[in-house]
Amino acid sequence: MPLKGNLRDFSTTQLLNLINLAGKTGTLFIFEGIRTGEKDAIGGDKMKPGAERARVAFKSGKLIAAQMGGEGNDLVSVLNKAGKLTDNQAKLIRDRAKNQGDKALAMRLISANYISQKEIVSSVQQHTLDVVYNLLSWHEGPFTFEDNILPDGDRILVPIDLENVIIEGARRIKEIEELNEHLPDLDYALKFPENPREKFKGIHLSVEEWRVVSFVNPKNTIRQIAKANNMSEIEIRRIVYGLEQAGLVELVRPGGKSGPPVPPGKTPPKSIPKPQVQKTVVNKLIDRIRQL
Amino acid sequence: MASQTVKMVITGPFSAGKTEFISSISEIDVVTTERGISENTAEKAVKESTTVAMDFGRITVDDELVLYLFGTPGQRRFDFMWEILAEGMLGFVVMVDSTKPETFREAKSILETFRAYASTPYVVAANKQDMQDAWNTDDLRIALRIEDSVKLLPCNATSKDSVKAVLLELLYSILEEMEES
Repeated sequence: MPLKGNLRDFSTTQLLNLINLAGKTGTLFIFEGIRTGEKDAIGGDKMKPGAERARVAFKSGKLIAAQMGGEGNDLVSVLNKAGKLTDNQAKLIRDRAKNQGDKALAMRLISANYISQKEIVSSVQQHTLDVVYNLLSWHEGPFTFEDNILPDGDRILVPIDLENVIIEGARRIKEIEELNEHLPDLDYALKFPENPREKFKGIHLSVEEWRVVSFVNPKNTIRQIAKANNMSEIEIRRIVYGLEQAGLVELVRPGGKSGPPVPPGKTPPKSIPKPQVQKTVVNKLIDRIRQL
Repeated sequence: MASQTVKMVITGPFSAGKTEFISSISEIDVVTTERGISENTAEKAVKESTTVAMDFGRITVDDELVLYLFGTPGQRRFDFMWEILAEGMLGFVVMVDSTKPETFREAKSILETFRAYASTPYVVAANKQDMQDAWNTDDLRIALRIEDSVKLLPCNATSKDSVKAVLLELLYSILEEMEES
């Protein structure tokens, strides 16, 4: 079953988080949205997929390739864009190496000392990241995630951990509303998930992000962490959003009490006492429902 | 008249399948407070009528004990009913339409509101799992950020067996919690 939706309802960052946590293999397709004239369940304009805008491939939860619709995506284009090949060199290679796949071409370029393997890998990686960072700023458009569809075997694929991509994506968010909606209450605290050491392996955090991480404790509210680090609300929101989406921290009520943050626009509801019910009553209910 | 009544709440976003869920298992015709949806509203495109106060279903266990099922209104403008309906609940079911990702944010928000009302056990029922566009339960768990300890169950609200399975799982959770405390 493909995963379908609209970036308006489920953002690119959330999709990357899902793909990362579920360890998915397949390709995410993002399309131009064509309005159908109908409304969805929450009153948004229903859209059907139009032309493909981008596709991003993943293997076992890692980003491996990405391309914009209509943009040159072969190795020569990537190296040309990265400044590793001049326009003339790119044209020459294209003329001579017609019908040659990326891997074979890479071997030829390395053998001819045109370029090193390291430069090829970093250029391909940067190309992939540029595409994904670009689409992190998209806020609308139908998407489909197709399981087990991968680029053809001749493409050079460089696996990239998604946690770093998610954190970088959060650094680039400009819309304050998006951050406010995600984290409505700064009086909540943060805690580490299980196995934090494993999760933080290979993560590239900025100095500011590390400063926030050093204060993570269910006793410290996000507001207190911001104050201790002399950060503005928007700065702390951006950092917490990135860390949380990447699965590095979790939101908790202050003082370590379990329970979720209060949803946007809601005042904390009063706690309602539990009913006093005996186990025998629950067992009777179970027996009755089994009989139905 | 039964000497003890027990109450469970079925909640979730607009059009998640709450009324169908109760109708599938209630021994009485569901007492519903559905009203026609005004013309030219977004909801009108989804269905003709919606619950404005509550749905009410009943399962009689014996002369002494009755289970009441209360369905909450899904639209935000009727959320003043939520707290009233949550009072005294033994547990609750959060219904999610697996084919409508545009409602997931609201489903999560409703779930968090009910968790904040009372620390009673709950389960999440992923409705319409039989439909082609349904998100699978593993993806829904991540999308809704539901902890592994909470049951997220595939469901078809129009199937009595499926509804029974959801209610039984909720009751097992309630029993487990009683045994732990």
